[in-house]
Amino acid sequence: MAAIGRPLAGALGRLTTQCIVQRSLHNASAAPFSTHGLPASKPEQRLTATLIPGDGVGPELCHVVMDVFKAAGIPVDFEQLYISEIDPHRSEPLETVVESIKRNGICLKGILASPEYNADGEAKTLNMKLRDELDLYANVVHVKSLPGLKCNHVRHKNVDMIVIREQTEGEYSALEHESVKGVVECLKITTREKCNRIAKFAFDYALKHGRKKVTAVHKANIMKLGDGLFLKSCADVAAMYPDIEFNNMIIDNCAMQLVSNPHQFDVMVLPNLYGNIVDNLAAGLVGGAGVVAGSSYSSHCVVFEQGARHTFAEGMGKNVANPTAMLLCSANMLKHAGLDQYSAIIKGAVDKVIKAGKVKTRDIGGYSKTSEFERAIIENLHSG
Amino acid sequence: MASKVFQSMVRASHQSLGRCYGSSANRIVTLIPGDGIGPEISASVQKIFAAAQVPIEWEVVDVTPVRGPDGRMGIPQAAIDSVNRNKIGLKGPLMTPIGKGHRSLNLAIRKEFELYANVRPCRSLEGYPTLYRNVDVVTIRENTEGEYSGIEHEIVDGVVQSIKLITRAASKRVAEFAFKYAEDNGRSRVTAVHKANIMRMSDGLFLQNCREAAEKYPDIKFDEKYLDTVCLNMVQDPSQFDVLVMPNLYGDILSDLCAGLVGGLGLTASGNVGEGGAVFESVHGTAPDIAGMDKANPTALLLSAVMMLRYMDLYDHAARIEKACFDTIKEPENRTGDLGGSAKCSTFTDAICKKIEET
Repeated sequence: MAAIGRPLAGALGRLTTQCIVQRSLHNASAAPFSTHGLPASKPEQRLTATLIPGDGVGPELCHVVMDVFKAAGIPVDFEQLYISEIDPHRSEPLETVVESIKRNGICLKGILASPEYNADGEAKTLNMKLRDELDLYANVVHVKSLPGLKCNHVRHKNVDMIVIREQTEGEYSALEHESVKGVVECLKITTREKCNRIAKFAFDYALKHGRKKVTAVHKANIMKLGDGLFLKSCADVAAMYPDIEFNNMIIDNCAMQLVSNPHQFDVMVLPNLYGNIVDNLAAGLVGGAGVVAGSSYSSHCVVFEQGARHTFAEGMGKNVANPTAMLLCSANMLKHAGLDQYSAIIKGAVDKVIKAGKVKTRDIGGYSKTSEFERAIIENLHSG
Repeated sequence: MASKVFQSMVRASHQSLGRCYGSSANRIVTLIPGDGIGPEISASVQKIFAAAQVPIEWEVVDVTPVRGPDGRMGIPQAAIDSVNRNKIGLKGPLMTPIGKGHRSLNLAIRKEFELYANVRPCRSLEGYPTLYRNVDVVTIRENTEGEYSGIEHEIVDGVVQSIKLITRAASKRVAEFAFKYAEDNGRSRVTAVHKANIMRMSDGLFLQNCREAAEKYPDIKFDEKYLDTVCLNMVQDPSQFDVLVMPNLYGDILSDLCAGLVGGLGLTASGNVGEGGAVFESVHGTAPDIAGMDKANPTALLLSAVMMLRYMDLYDHAARIEKACFDTIKEPENRTGDLGGSAKCSTFTDAICKKIEET
């Protein structure tokens, strides 16, 4: 098994950034694994997923996923499209990326950096444009303590909550203007339609995943109309789901409760900015950006990306990033696509490596390299 | 309004502005005991201050809302006059009555006295361990504008615009205050917390003012971080932060988050500093369930009062009281119910007084 890991680690160095690269991941080298409890007899239908490598350590992490997929013989081809706001000249046009994701329905995405200044003076970030074009309105981050993960930064055990964030309106509307010199107005837009939609999504999600409680997080005591509308929509939708408990919490108190007693939360539903805050805060509780997976949903497609969106640009090219979150994203993607068994293989390998605690990247208190972590994952793909 | 301006002119003539107070006479401080447990914890603070022989006198005022000439409920004029006269106040928790017609009193006081900066030092208490150790963070929050501008409207049915207002003047004021605070309190770093990658103009303006203020304080290190990054790092390793300065909403969230790290609002001091004065307060609730039962923990109000002493340049008294308070909390038998003990508010107070008298 280790013998397979080595050439793969070598392959890591290659950074494919061509426009569209169809990587066939199903080849001869993967064949021996089909005897390990996989549905070898089933005629395999190959899937295509869009892959956006992202900025910072994104490309490195995507390569880990591709290598692991190859080793596990997962019948998924990636359509890799490079897009970036900090390097717009090398980027594919946004339309190409949007078309690809719409066609494939699934996308694995590294984190795209949002610089503070756009070269064209545009207010909208690339992330916002992508979300708007695809109408990726619901972001779901499952914040769950990884069994066996021991590190100084992880103080809370058995955290298990789902953070659902509206991400197409609110503070991220990019509507700002300077009324007079030195006076800037920034508009936060809240609409009943989108509030209802996200609330419905949250309750449906809770129902489907056997969750008991949905907490709406807001600041309706101050933003009485805007957040008031959000809260009212959530309460209205809650009335249609009598089996699911509904409560609400003010965002500042929520932040305090999260650090002192995170176990009280089950499913949380939040407007855009609060969602961004809670995603990151909660991710911090269980090990940080490197270990928490997330996904963004529209009614037609799903984009899988890390739950806490940090490019970790300072770790770029250093072989130190933690691929756990990206691997979990890929496992979620496989599950979404109906490849449950393959999903379980990846998830199982990640769980095993984390639980063993022998191979840990720096962010979780170890000294292992990204490539060593990848090797450990590949070695554990079929050991169970 | 005109009379207020006149008053302040008169004051300015016989008292040097700013923080240079005369040493001979005792300074007068307005005390707003507040509702619920407010009176008990205020009495506790008064007792401790007496034991430490702090050279101030209290002017206790009642802020129970009264109907003003305009027919609206509001703070009694006498209370406003008192804070205006003394320029410094200590305030217990206030209840905001639910229902129409009441402006939040907290907001009213903040507006009335133009308290633009909210300062909250959060420090791990020795002897009362929480999951987080070595927390020593000060959050400084812009308190007059931003997301809390209160400007909202429903454009058409089901579409609401809430306006976040950021101005150069308010940003500059709070940024410069943060650096001054850092310098006065021996802090080495100020971090501006923002989302200028998303709100490029508004948070960009705030950030720009922080950068300009930083240039005036070359001895204080300055860095800028995204709000989400700060949240993530704060819950992982709070020791990397020192003084944080930020717009209103972010400050609201982060200051409560930091309070959560060290044991909650019952242990957190808070001060609101304005152009002409300052009001220090405990930010916890009124706890009506235990009001009058001698069970409340006065620590938050006491530590706020200690902050006030530092603001008044009474550093020695501040240090004595603070040390006595921390030493008392170290002893499990002196802890009140919220800290897992069974001590009464009065016994906790007496223990602190005893320690002060011993030193």
